[in-house]
Amino acid sequence: MSIDFLPDKPIYQQLIDRILGDIMRGTLKAGEKLPSVREYAVEVGVNANTMQRVYKELEQMEITETRRGQGSFVTENQEKIMALRNEMKEQLVTTFLQSVAAFGFTTDEIVKCLQERGGEND
Amino acid sequence: MIELKQIVKKYGSKRALQDVTVSIPRGKVIGLVGENGSGKSTLLKMMAGLLTPNSGSTTFDGQPITRRIASRVAYMSDTDDFYTYFTVQQLIDFYESQFEDFDMVKAKEIVQFLNVSLTSRIKSLSKGNRGRVKIAVTLAREADYYLLDEPFSGLDPMVRDDIAKGLIRFTDPERQSVIMSTHEIREVEPLLDEIIVMRGGRLIAHEAVDEIRDFYGIDATSWMVSLFKERQVERELGK
Repeated sequence: MSIDFLPDKPIYQQLIDRILGDIMRGTLKAGEKLPSVREYAVEVGVNANTMQRVYKELEQMEITETRRGQGSFVTENQEKIMALRNEMKEQLVTTFLQSVAAFGFTTDEIVKCLQERGGEND
Repeated sequence: MIELKQIVKKYGSKRALQDVTVSIPRGKVIGLVGENGSGKSTLLKMMAGLLTPNSGSTTFDGQPITRRIASRVAYMSDTDDFYTYFTVQQLIDFYESQFEDFDMVKAKEIVQFLNVSLTSRIKSLSKGNRGRVKIAVTLAREADYYLLDEPFSGLDPMVRDDIAKGLIRFTDPERQSVIMSTHEIREVEPLLDEIIVMRGGRLIAHEAVDEIRDFYGIDATSWMVSLFKERQVERELGK
């Protein structure tokens, strides 16, 4: 009940994305301890089974590691985090370019637009 | 595991449940949804051993369900039926005297988590706080199954949120199951593993929430609406 979930995607996937986002932005740092499954479940208002699945999948992605009796930690392996960032970046760009093509824009037009926007934000 | 097989329950000539078959394993949080009068409360009472079916079988770990199942399942009714002159502490003491699996330490922890004063009298509590007390004494039991009839109904969003968090915090999904009837599907969906949909005394669907989203690409609320429309069309076509 505490966070709003999108209707078209499984809740566990939305939670994985949320934690990956926190890691990539640095809100969660390399080597930092994650809350316990139960604590995190209570915080965001989801079933503890769902949160267990989220933690398990993050571990399988090798983005977190579980230390016996201590809980889950963000990996200290910076390469893994960089690889994740690159992968997400590629995914974002691919989806974006598909929309660009679908609406009939040229890549040049879009690049120019992005450069102008980039200038404003810097 | 609670298993119901081909249950029929009649109240007089009215059929409340018609040919309902369902299994509830341990370790699941299940939402029971459907319109008023669809059989949700009857189904919960059947699992709690408070009603006996006219035909069909109800078992708990293979043993027939009787009233004595009350020592293994914690049933929370949708009515307020406490002694109103009790204080919260007296109510907790009463529950402890009635249920062997009642955990006093857990009770105090839940009451504190939900911010309810032990010395208040039940009759002086707001509706929201009565809702909090009700869930507190229910979850303070270390039961295998928690059967909750409308735990969120008629309560404001703050109380609903507290009750939801209490549910996550004080049940163990590895060895306990929660089955709750509700109309607040959108709000409750993140708490659920599975959804059971009832209509006119029949169980019309039983699905995992993740699968609804994975397979249909919609949330549980939209899924339920489409399910009802589908049935309507089938009926109109005379199937």
